[in-house]
Amino acid sequence: MRIIRLPLTALRWVASCLLLGLVFTHAAQAGPLDDAAALFAKDSFTDTARAIELVAESGAEHAGPAIEALNDRRLFVAADQTVYFRDAAGAFIALVSGAKLPSEPAGGNGVRVNNRIRSVINTALGTLTLQSPDPAKRRAAAEAVFKSRSPDSETALQAAIRNEKIAPIREIQQTALAAIIATAPNRSDIDRLAAIEVLKERGDREALTPLNQIPAEAGANVKDAAKAAVQTINNRLATWSAVQNAWYGVSLGSVLLLAAIGLAITFGVMGIINMAHGEMVMIGAYATFIIQEIIRQNAPGLFEYSLAIAIPAAFIIAGTIGIAMERLVIRHLYGRPLETLLATWGISLILMQAIRTLFGPTNREVGAPAFMSGSFRIGLIDITYGRVWIVGFALVVFFAVLALLRFTPLGLQMRAVTQNRRMAASMGIRTARVDALTFGLGSGIAGLAGVALSQIDNVSPNLGQSYIIDSFMVVVFGGVGNLWGTLVAALSLGIANKFLEPFAGAVLGKIALLVFIILFIQKRPRGLFALKGRAVEQ
Amino acid sequence: MITQAILARLDLRGRLFLGAILAALVLVPVLNLVVPAGSPFHVPTWLVSLLGKYLCYAILALALDLVWGYCGILSLGHGAFFALGGYAMGMYLMRQIGTRGVYGHPVLPDFMVFLNWKELPWFWYGFDMFPFALLMVFLAPGILAFVFGWFAFRSRVTGVYLSIITQALTYALMLAFFRNDMGFGGNNGLTDFKDIVGFPVQAQGTRVALFALTLIALAGSYILARAIVTSKAGKVLVAVRDAESRTRFLGFRVERYKLFVFTLSAMMAGLAGALYVPQVGIINPSEFAPGNSIEVVIWVAVGGRGTLVGAAIGAILVNFAKTTFTTGALAPYWLFALGGLFVLTTLYMPKGVIGTYAEWREKRRERATLAAHAASKPAE
Repeated sequence: MRIIRLPLTALRWVASCLLLGLVFTHAAQAGPLDDAAALFAKDSFTDTARAIELVAESGAEHAGPAIEALNDRRLFVAADQTVYFRDAAGAFIALVSGAKLPSEPAGGNGVRVNNRIRSVINTALGTLTLQSPDPAKRRAAAEAVFKSRSPDSETALQAAIRNEKIAPIREIQQTALAAIIATAPNRSDIDRLAAIEVLKERGDREALTPLNQIPAEAGANVKDAAKAAVQTINNRLATWSAVQNAWYGVSLGSVLLLAAIGLAITFGVMGIINMAHGEMVMIGAYATFIIQEIIRQNAPGLFEYSLAIAIPAAFIIAGTIGIAMERLVIRHLYGRPLETLLATWGISLILMQAIRTLFGPTNREVGAPAFMSGSFRIGLIDITYGRVWIVGFALVVFFAVLALLRFTPLGLQMRAVTQNRRMAASMGIRTARVDALTFGLGSGIAGLAGVALSQIDNVSPNLGQSYIIDSFMVVVFGGVGNLWGTLVAALSLGIANKFLEPFAGAVLGKIALLVFIILFIQKRPRGLFALKGRAVEQ
Repeated sequence: MITQAILARLDLRGRLFLGAILAALVLVPVLNLVVPAGSPFHVPTWLVSLLGKYLCYAILALALDLVWGYCGILSLGHGAFFALGGYAMGMYLMRQIGTRGVYGHPVLPDFMVFLNWKELPWFWYGFDMFPFALLMVFLAPGILAFVFGWFAFRSRVTGVYLSIITQALTYALMLAFFRNDMGFGGNNGLTDFKDIVGFPVQAQGTRVALFALTLIALAGSYILARAIVTSKAGKVLVAVRDAESRTRFLGFRVERYKLFVFTLSAMMAGLAGALYVPQVGIINPSEFAPGNSIEVVIWVAVGGRGTLVGAAIGAILVNFAKTTFTTGALAPYWLFALGGLFVLTTLYMPKGVIGTYAEWREKRRERATLAAHAASKPAE
């Protein structure tokens, strides 16, 4: 019967090709569609099912719409045996040619579907997208097959692998195929072993599921191979999860470092207990908010540069407030650390309430420029660009402060004044001015921390409160008066925190660290990197 | 005889303070219970409870003054001891609710039923008995202070380092108590109390009795603190405050004195917390907030560090101001006022109200003697 039908459809195919001015070579691909049309025309369920598979495997562009049309009973057989369907837009399209028909052919009869056909349709639609022209859709389809592991998709998957040009997508398709082969019954052990090898190669959490579902009838060597592959993958996962924890830890540590560098100067170098340090961070965050608001209203084009503008602004605003604090209050309390603590706590309350009065108690929205959003993937972990920038920023600030203290005249004077105030004064250093500038520097750096924190934390009047205790812990743990100690302490506390979290939960992990630091201070009251020599006796 | 022994220990200031407590002990209950509600002299019950709350704070301030004013230990974690005492009392009060809770469970407090717990955690055992709860009011903060102080003082953690780690201590406890798994009611804390030793907590009589008890506790704490600071050990404490190394070199075991006074002070704070909870009707983890503990320090600083009476007066003054501020239209400005108080007290009144007054009187007396001297000179 196929022989009878062939001339007729071929003729029609040629005619429509000429009509549309299409290249004749298309006719060569049309074989399966011709067969499908013939099977649809018979309108028996078994033939329809076979026809659907033929359409799906044809790879024609209109195959998807045609099968969807069948699902909605929009596929018809005309009186002259032409198979056509009505697409979503309402146009009539011939199944064989994919060409638009000028009008609906006479005597169209809908092809019937039942539940069995519907399930065939669903599988077909799934496999069809495997060869969709859109790479994203192909990738999603391959992932879906990998998850479902339905043996029905095997043929389509093989076809897709043959046609796939993009290597990463082909890899996903191959692992999907391997997942099917590994879990389906009645396969040779050799095929299964190869499949297990492919899955092991993929090596992520999803690959574990098919490896754990090897059919019972498989040979012992297959099962052993699967077990070994699971072991390998688990090891790999453990390694990557450690890498991920380490990265999160570095990220948290850099936040702690940013918050603590300023304190390392005011507390570590000058010996001032500045409880208002957290509020300087908060002010830096609000400075970012204000800058962004101004940019939004006046020059939206500059938004990408808002953080770059906010960095000096926050430094200057927080630094100025710091200098004012030093001149008005702290100056009178040198040598009385406990009183300084109380007075700066009072200042922190005032600053917090001032911000609350000005900006309200609710969180403020601070946007992220485009270069800080998004993420990239290394191995099995996702890394967001924002975090990378913050880690980089923390290190830049750290080394800038280090260089400032070591290589600039101001840094020299600062160190001179903190080491021996009277001798420094005798050498002609204006100690009062240096005090104010040092405190301003520490506060300004806290402001810089605020710019970075505005990207990852809620900008609210209470922002600083959540960092003050952590910052003190970092400085005390690292050793007062030692910036390198601050760096090591911040990073090790950050990493320790993230490694504790999976075992103990976020809160218990934090409590454990606090208790650890409390005990550590008992053991080494002057921190990890204690100053040696005379400075200790002060 | 005991009265005489006590009076012998007191200076004029202390006698006046105890006299004021005695007067309040008589006056407030009479004005509340006997004087009819319409009279201008009537003290309403809510005011009695409010005053009771101030007095609890006064005990807490007294406890802090004992360690800070006399031994130089600036604890920023006294709120933790206060809260622990409060939790011990709160647990007793929770067990007294019995079947009157929302879920009517005979043993488990409501929040445990809500969390689907099946049995009482071991650390809740015994809290249905008042004597045990009372013991824990002292033991829980006392043991914590002893262990903490044992480590801290032996390794000679002093000054601001000690302050910062006491702050970390209360912060860690706050985080811990906020957890539901801890079994202390999570962030809701313990509340909805019914009875205390058989008397309804809300009743007027109970409230007046609690107020009177708080007054007696304040007087007792004061007398005890005063006895300590005027004893020989008290002299050592002051020596430790002023020159710790020198005291050690003189042969005193500095850490033992510190540990003793720190633990005692923590127990006193625990007692204050235990009296606070039934009068306020709730205890929750925010009592552990580091800010609360620092606020206690400012009460002491305002009243006068190292004067005991000053600490109590400072606590009452500041909290009175707080109530006045936060209940009126000035509420948003309370933190400005409190912050300003911190700054101004440390800058201009480092000796507090009492110290400044004493200084002023001293100067006036000096001037008077000088004047008398000058006046008597021509006669010679």
